[in-house]
Amino acid sequence: MGIADITFYAFAVTLLGAGFLVTISRNMVHSVLWLILAFISAAGLFVLLGAEFMAMLLIIVYVGAVAVLFLFVVMMLDIDFASLRGEMARYFPIAAIIGVVLMLQMGMLYSAWSTSDMAEGLRQAPTPDVAEVHNTKALGMIIYDQYFLLFQVSGLILLVAMVGAIVLTLRHRKDVKRQNVVAQMHRDPAKAMELKDVKPGQGLG
Amino acid sequence: MIGADLTTALPEIVLALFAMAMLMVGVYGGKDKLAEPILYATSALMVMLALYAGAQSLDAETAFNGTYLKDGFAQFAKMLILVSAAVVLVMGKSVMAETGLLKFEYPILIALSVVGMMLMVSAGDLIVLYMGLELQSLALYVVATMNRDSTRSTEAGLKYFILGALASGLLLYGASLTYGYAGTTVFAGILSTISEDGMSVGLLMGLAFMLAGLAFKVSAVPFHMWTPDVYEGAPTPVTAFFATAPKVAAMALIARLVHDAFGTVPGDWSQIVALLAAASMFVGAIAAIGQRDIKRLMAYSSISHMGFALVGLAAGTAQGVQGMLVYMAIYVTMNIGVFAFILTMRRDGKPVTDIAEMNQLSKSEPLRALALLVLMFSLAGVPPLVGFFGKFYVLWAAVNAGMTWLAIAGVIASVIGAFYYLRIVYYMYFGAESEPLDTVRAPVQGTLLVASAMIMVLGVINLFGIDAMAALAAEALVR
Repeated sequence: MGIADITFYAFAVTLLGAGFLVTISRNMVHSVLWLILAFISAAGLFVLLGAEFMAMLLIIVYVGAVAVLFLFVVMMLDIDFASLRGEMARYFPIAAIIGVVLMLQMGMLYSAWSTSDMAEGLRQAPTPDVAEVHNTKALGMIIYDQYFLLFQVSGLILLVAMVGAIVLTLRHRKDVKRQNVVAQMHRDPAKAMELKDVKPGQGLG
Repeated sequence: MIGADLTTALPEIVLALFAMAMLMVGVYGGKDKLAEPILYATSALMVMLALYAGAQSLDAETAFNGTYLKDGFAQFAKMLILVSAAVVLVMGKSVMAETGLLKFEYPILIALSVVGMMLMVSAGDLIVLYMGLELQSLALYVVATMNRDSTRSTEAGLKYFILGALASGLLLYGASLTYGYAGTTVFAGILSTISEDGMSVGLLMGLAFMLAGLAFKVSAVPFHMWTPDVYEGAPTPVTAFFATAPKVAAMALIARLVHDAFGTVPGDWSQIVALLAAASMFVGAIAAIGQRDIKRLMAYSSISHMGFALVGLAAGTAQGVQGMLVYMAIYVTMNIGVFAFILTMRRDGKPVTDIAEMNQLSKSEPLRALALLVLMFSLAGVPPLVGFFGKFYVLWAAVNAGMTWLAIAGVIASVIGAFYYLRIVYYMYFGAESEPLDTVRAPVQGTLLVASAMIMVLGVINLFGIDAMAALAAEALVR
């Protein structure tokens, strides 16, 4: 067992353990922290695969932004997890049975799984040769060139999500005093205030 | 290379850019005061794009490495989607304005959802299929919740969103199984792997999951549970939209997927589609009998109609696809007429939806009652109205494809379904004496109601040539 294998098993076991703990932790904040560990282990696996760009992406986007956002949401939302859990306990037996049945069915399917003989070649077709370009460049060529249309459409989907969030939540309050930048900029100190020299012992007559 | 690709996808690009430009105009311009001009501009642009799509040559073209297809089938579906969306936008404007829901984002969201629908019917790749579907649905979830201060509307939006997400999950799972087998997401590639190596269990699972996900979008039984609640809760103009363009897009998408990616193995998917069709026809017809709310009634009616359209698909032939397209065109026209009526249902100035409110409508407003009578007979499929021809086309295609049992089931379901359509006619002409509905002055809705009824009568001569166009479109798809 070489060093690469040992590293793989170390990261893989950590990933599975952390993933398991995400689901069973009693404290939501702990769950998010375990999730971060899971992300980092997954990033390690990507590095082992030679996909360093994906690894960096996982750390920067998921650990840096998404997980922190999760932490904020978990801490700021006032959700009564105890009652949710009570509700879940009621449905747990039936959910477990369905889960086991699904697992068995998937297992049976997996045993009969086959891929097309052409699949390997077709899967390679869109990606440039790994020996020639490094994978960050290859990704860029796929996303911005080959899948240009899809890239733009995902932009549109995000736009709709943004517009939707604003339409459904933004309320214009009438009774709030707002900042008026133009009025502030055009305020003339000479007119707006006056300096008075107040002598000691005398008020402003 | 990219220039040619952009030209091929011009209608989508123009509409998307227009939506973004209008968003800027709305935000930095007069906000909701501009909603009305933006709505009319959106509607006009959609009609122009429909004309543009119709004027294009019928030659099949692909763009973006085969992920985007432009052929006669896509053009037919796009024209239908664009025209119906434009008409429904204009039709619902006054009601949206009355209820204070006419925000400038409304036409923009509708336009973006239409972009999604156009991508759906032009999809040549599983990823484009999914992205178009998401763009379409996401905008629809938002407009369903537009009336955010009403619990009904927010419930409708939330229910639609959660069940829609579940359906997307099923669809994606199926797509990943398909990719796992074929090694490509391009339809043409999937088709070639199937003809080379045949179907495998994994691919069959992928197909079944994808059909389940798409059946949700056309509200086919057993994935129909959301429909009545969403139809009832959403603002009525939005319900009218739900019942028309998205249904055409989703139905065309199913046809596209099964023929372009799985066209060589019709036996494998036609049994699934036939089951969905039979279940939808019966559940839609039977469950509607107990409904008193016209919007819920129309929801079950659309479930049943989707069943009939699926009969055409289940046939798996060019004739079946032609029947499906003709059926969808007729269905959309009838629904626009009926919703034009529902939008004007008022009592003491307040919108009502109970079907008993229509009692004795024929006395107070003979023309509206007559137009609705024609539409109801047409929805029920009573000959010789146009609605009968729609049913005839799909059932005949099923018989020709050796699925006589499905055609017989369709006839039985349509007889059961006729009951609740005729009950509305009964209420209007022979219902209990009561205060009639308000006489509303609604020129747009009134015109559309009468026009739709006229089409149902005059169309019997030659269906306005729609069957010939649908035949060309079907030939482009089924080769």
